[in-house]
Amino acid sequence: MQKLGMRQMKKKQSGTITSILADGELGRRIRDMGLVPGTKIQIMGRAPLYDPVALRAMGFTLTLRNNEANYIIVEVEEAK
Amino acid sequence: MNATIALAGNPNSGKTTLFNELTGARQHVGNYPGVTVEKKEGTYKQDDISLKIVDLPGTYSLTAYSLEEVVARDFLVQEKPETVIDIVDASNLERNLYLMLQFMELGIPVCMALNMIDVSEKRGIEIDTKKLSELLGIPVVPTIARTGKGKQELMKAAADLVGSNTKPLPLEISYGDDIDNALAEMEVMITDAMFLTQTYPARWTALKYLENDEQIRSIGDAKNPGLSAKLKKITDRVSSHISNTLNTYPEAVIADHRYGYIRSIIRQDVITYQQDQDRLRISDKIDRIVTNRFAGPLLMIAIIFGLYQFTFTYSETPVGWLESFFGWVGGIAETNLPDGLVKSLIISGIIDGVGGVLGFVPLIMFMFLGISLLEDSGYLARVAFMLDRVFRIFGLHGSSVMAFIVSGGIAGGCAVPGVMATRTLKSPKERLATLLTVPFMNCGAKLPVFVLLIAAFFAENKAMMMFIITLIAWGGALLAAKFLRMTVIKGASTPFIMELPPYHLPTFKGLAIHTWERTWQYIKKAGTVILGISIILWAMMTFPGLPETQTQIFEQQRQTLLSAAPSAVVAEIEAPDGKKDDETEISEPAQQLNDKLLAVDRVEAETALKHSIAGRFGTALEGLTQFAGFDWRTNIALVGGFAAKEVVVSTLGTAYSLGEVDPEEIGSLSDVLANDPGWNPLVAFSLIIFTIFYAPCFVAVVCIAREAGSWKWGAFSMVFNTVIAFILSITVYQIGSIIL
Repeated sequence: MQKLGMRQMKKKQSGTITSILADGELGRRIRDMGLVPGTKIQIMGRAPLYDPVALRAMGFTLTLRNNEANYIIVEVEEAK
Repeated sequence: MNATIALAGNPNSGKTTLFNELTGARQHVGNYPGVTVEKKEGTYKQDDISLKIVDLPGTYSLTAYSLEEVVARDFLVQEKPETVIDIVDASNLERNLYLMLQFMELGIPVCMALNMIDVSEKRGIEIDTKKLSELLGIPVVPTIARTGKGKQELMKAAADLVGSNTKPLPLEISYGDDIDNALAEMEVMITDAMFLTQTYPARWTALKYLENDEQIRSIGDAKNPGLSAKLKKITDRVSSHISNTLNTYPEAVIADHRYGYIRSIIRQDVITYQQDQDRLRISDKIDRIVTNRFAGPLLMIAIIFGLYQFTFTYSETPVGWLESFFGWVGGIAETNLPDGLVKSLIISGIIDGVGGVLGFVPLIMFMFLGISLLEDSGYLARVAFMLDRVFRIFGLHGSSVMAFIVSGGIAGGCAVPGVMATRTLKSPKERLATLLTVPFMNCGAKLPVFVLLIAAFFAENKAMMMFIITLIAWGGALLAAKFLRMTVIKGASTPFIMELPPYHLPTFKGLAIHTWERTWQYIKKAGTVILGISIILWAMMTFPGLPETQTQIFEQQRQTLLSAAPSAVVAEIEAPDGKKDDETEISEPAQQLNDKLLAVDRVEAETALKHSIAGRFGTALEGLTQFAGFDWRTNIALVGGFAAKEVVVSTLGTAYSLGEVDPEEIGSLSDVLANDPGWNPLVAFSLIIFTIFYAPCFVAVVCIAREAGSWKWGAFSMVFNTVIAFILSITVYQIGSIIL
């Protein structure tokens, strides 16, 4: 088990969010979308220009920019 | 029963589909008071139930984060709808319940439409609706909005809720000791002072103070500054405590506990998974290709190009019908009305003006149909996803894509709703940059201008030409945005967090309503504003008439021609059945004389137009516009375009039909332009460039001023855009003249 900023995660890698470092608008927006500690996520891929990143959480897909993914700390699962 | 029901729910939960299904054609679109967020209202009728239904904007939460959320919240607490139906995406229960929970915290009577239950079942998700309903203490009705399944049961549940006339107690969940203690303390203070208790539950107000809700805080400051300050002090105390002990913020703790509450409900066997959840869903398979690094962008270009092909190919026939219809009406007016001002008004002002605009309705319908298809299928969100990196370079936001596309980024939109669509952008700077540059997009009103010029000069490459025009508009808009973000509106960028909804086939009903709404707005505009402007412009081009001395000169020229000709020929022309224009039945010498007479008539008409108010204006500008290749006629048309872009076409039509007295030669305007010596492909291209960039129409300018909050920006957009347009057109024309 290893903690990573979401930005460092690779495609298809999954894990559980441990903390959200952002506050204010960005933090609120991230939480509204269900990204809170305890939520399981999986990286689905990245846009053609490697940014934004698409991820799966609670059965839906959402996107955020790499510099926003930096604020989300994830405990990643070992690759199977 | 006369009750109001509000439809709420997350974006992409099928809310609009359900609204359409419930109200059918019995709906109308307006705005929420004072703001430009669209408000859809309709009526649901079934047996003895008749309910007014209001479609709230789709939101993920009830914070004051976006204008949509504020609008939805204000409607709920101020208009007090008898019941709220929260549309919940069944395959996405956990996140959707976050909004539901906030309705319940607010103490609003709510029932749940567990929508797209078929999709979730296909994914192997089974939801125990009875248990969910018991645990939440609200009615839960499974629905499939696309087919209308469950809508009667849903409305029955809503009507029962209205009939029971009970207001539920606000849901009180625990947010952890720190928050709970502070809430209890604040609640007492709020209740004692009757602080906002008419509108909001006391605990909710306290919660909003802790969540740092700007709207509630400012309402509180205005209502009772003393108490508001005390509440803020408590908030600050809790904030610093939480920050010291947990290294986080009260809002985060509150949100965590909400999700914790949701999970505690869901884990009581509400959801059972029948299959392996990780199996690839159809949307993921599609996205593998559609957002693929290499295939994605290529496919995007292909889809946008395909949209043009679709629009232009399939609309050709109905456009032709409308053109011949108005030609036919014009012909009837020509033969049956006595010569004079009235005839000129009806043919040149009304029929040509309205016909020129309505002739493009099929085109616009097809274009909107295509856009709705992309929008409703979920593809447009992928476009935003793929393009965000690009937009950020220009100081914009991925969501700017929507405003650009609505404005005509995929040609055929309108800058007016486009400017309004920028309201979803939270950052004032990116928003301002977007709303100032969206008018460069090719709106539905500019299309007729392009179509006309393309038909006249680039007929072999229609679709390719439209594609090039779109690329130019995008490039220009993005560079202008970058320029604005570097100079007039500097600043850092805002969050980009967006859902990629699963792909689905749009319903025919949804597409039809969508397309019709937008087309009808265009027709309404054409039928009223354009008719008025067309008549004003006709007057400007007719008055003042030529002075007596000049008309006499032309009359003399005609007399000279007639007297020089043999009397037999003159008689042939002047014979009642041998009209001047009837070329088939007269002799060769008579034909020659006739042509000479017509030439005189044309010069007279042209002189008269030049003499008119519009002509003088256009002529005065010619000294400047000649560098871009425009003569006074084009100038008149462009001035008319300030009022609305489609007027450019109708004015050119009016200008040229006034210049040609021969009714048989009214023909199609593009033929006239193609054969006019003053026109060539370079002039046409220069005019296309000018049309893309110059000042937005008056309606858009009003919107820009209102959205930007100052007339300064309205004026700025007119001057800035026109200067850019002029510089570009001159560059194109001058360089083109050297090369060609």
